[in-house]
Amino acid sequence: MKKFKWLVPTIYILFLMLPIYWLINMSFKTTTEIINTYSLWPQKFTLENYIKIFTDSTWYMGYVNSITYVVINTVISVAAALPAAYAFSRYKFLGDKHLFFWLLTNRMAPPAVFALPFFQFYSSVNLFDTHIAVALSHCLFNIPLAVWILEGFMSSVPKELDETAYVDGYSFWRFFFKIFIPTIAAGIGITMFFCFMFSWVELLLAKTLTATVAKPIAATMTRTASTSGYELGLLAAAGTLTIIPGAFVIYFVRNYIAKGFAMGRV
Amino acid sequence: MNKTVNQKAWLFVIPVFVLVAFNAVVPLMTVVNYAFQETFGSNVFAWEGTRWFKQILQSDRFHAALGRQFTFTFIILLIQIPLGIGIALTMPKKGWGVPTCLILMSMPLLIPWNVVGAMWNIFALPDIGFLGHTLNSLGFDFNFTQQSGDAWFTTILMDVWHWTSLVVLLSYAGLNSIQPAYYQAAEIDGASRWDIFRYIELPKMKKVLTLAILLRFMDSFMIYTEPFVLTGGGPGNATAFLSIDLVKMALGQFDLGPAAAMSLIYFFIVLLVCWVFYSLMMKNEVKS
Repeated sequence: MKKFKWLVPTIYILFLMLPIYWLINMSFKTTTEIINTYSLWPQKFTLENYIKIFTDSTWYMGYVNSITYVVINTVISVAAALPAAYAFSRYKFLGDKHLFFWLLTNRMAPPAVFALPFFQFYSSVNLFDTHIAVALSHCLFNIPLAVWILEGFMSSVPKELDETAYVDGYSFWRFFFKIFIPTIAAGIGITMFFCFMFSWVELLLAKTLTATVAKPIAATMTRTASTSGYELGLLAAAGTLTIIPGAFVIYFVRNYIAKGFAMGRV
Repeated sequence: MNKTVNQKAWLFVIPVFVLVAFNAVVPLMTVVNYAFQETFGSNVFAWEGTRWFKQILQSDRFHAALGRQFTFTFIILLIQIPLGIGIALTMPKKGWGVPTCLILMSMPLLIPWNVVGAMWNIFALPDIGFLGHTLNSLGFDFNFTQQSGDAWFTTILMDVWHWTSLVVLLSYAGLNSIQPAYYQAAEIDGASRWDIFRYIELPKMKKVLTLAILLRFMDSFMIYTEPFVLTGGGPGNATAFLSIDLVKMALGQFDLGPAAAMSLIYFFIVLLVCWVFYSLMMKNEVKS
């Protein structure tokens, strides 16, 4: 039985790869070929779809917009969550438990509930259709998550570390930046990975809060598909390209993923 | 860890508090505003009290959406949790297989949700999709855009494809934290494979599994984009889960009052279930 153990993950991975392969397969076909013939690989291999995306600014700006707000969001979330997570992991203060649960409730709020009020709210503060609006709105679920993960990592660092540093004459901020942050570097990496991930995959809020200037790639896809009939080849190529940033990020944090899951509490 | 009492710690929490409150409190108050009033546009409101809540709680449409939502969440939990544990148990523990498995298995988690929907749409279409085409040539009459059973099958399969890896990664991490000494002791005692799983692995995975169930419950209960792109809630209303129904009501028909009331009820249900889970989890943590 031990001999065939590798079969289970292999079959599972095959199952995961099949739809992705199908998407890639279609991205190298013309739309006419997709509709008229069924084939497991492109009969007339074409790069036309990709060329269209890289030469048409309404397409490639979608990627730039998405990456811009995802990066802004990741930076804001982690920067704000670091001191807060430290406070939760080290100190008791008035209302700390309630505050922690209140933060988590925002991770539980269905984005559909917030779509309309967000639209009105961000319009009224003149942020509609800006990258910062999407980045700020994604803080709703990314900050609670970042605080949660970082708190887990920080709690696993013994308090003696802090105390020794103070005895050695370190001021708080010098200790925090010179000693504490390097100690939990892996945790910060994992947190950034998850902030990136959840901001990258979210669409409902990103679409609601943008019109043209900051329109994310995912929204570009849905709109083009509905106006000019289904340009399936183009849709598939655009979809394939959205997988790449994620794949990059996983590759960089591959050694920490499992560890991060174990220590943090994603 | 014994924490010291320090009220100044609030200063550290302020940035997070302000950012989240900015996003949560004002929009939530807007929802509450709509839920108790009738709007006539241009900021004219009339007090309605709890009328919208009564209307929603008594409407068949809400009951049906809620029923579909619970059925969906229940089914995917029932599939994903055991499957995730099973795959984590068979994953390699060292060597080149570990990063390979981790990278490939994480892939679905990092694909934008509407791309997941679009991908499964073209994958399952009966004429041009691999899944649809294969099923039909095997003699099944499969068409997820027409038959609600097939639509459910495809939506569930998509969610299993999309999220089982999260359970796998969590369980795998839980398994990795078990000291080899436990296994050696079990071997000496002559424990069977099942005993090892039941008395060593499962208790050690309890924490991560609670977390996995909590996360999968929350996220599947909020599911919107993937089924919206895949089936659009159809055929008919067959796969119109709570979020889809809500957005239809709020943005499609502009029934803001009932939609807001429904939002609050919806949020309250998620909150209630999560609170129960969270308390259980914290209780476990205190014990261990």
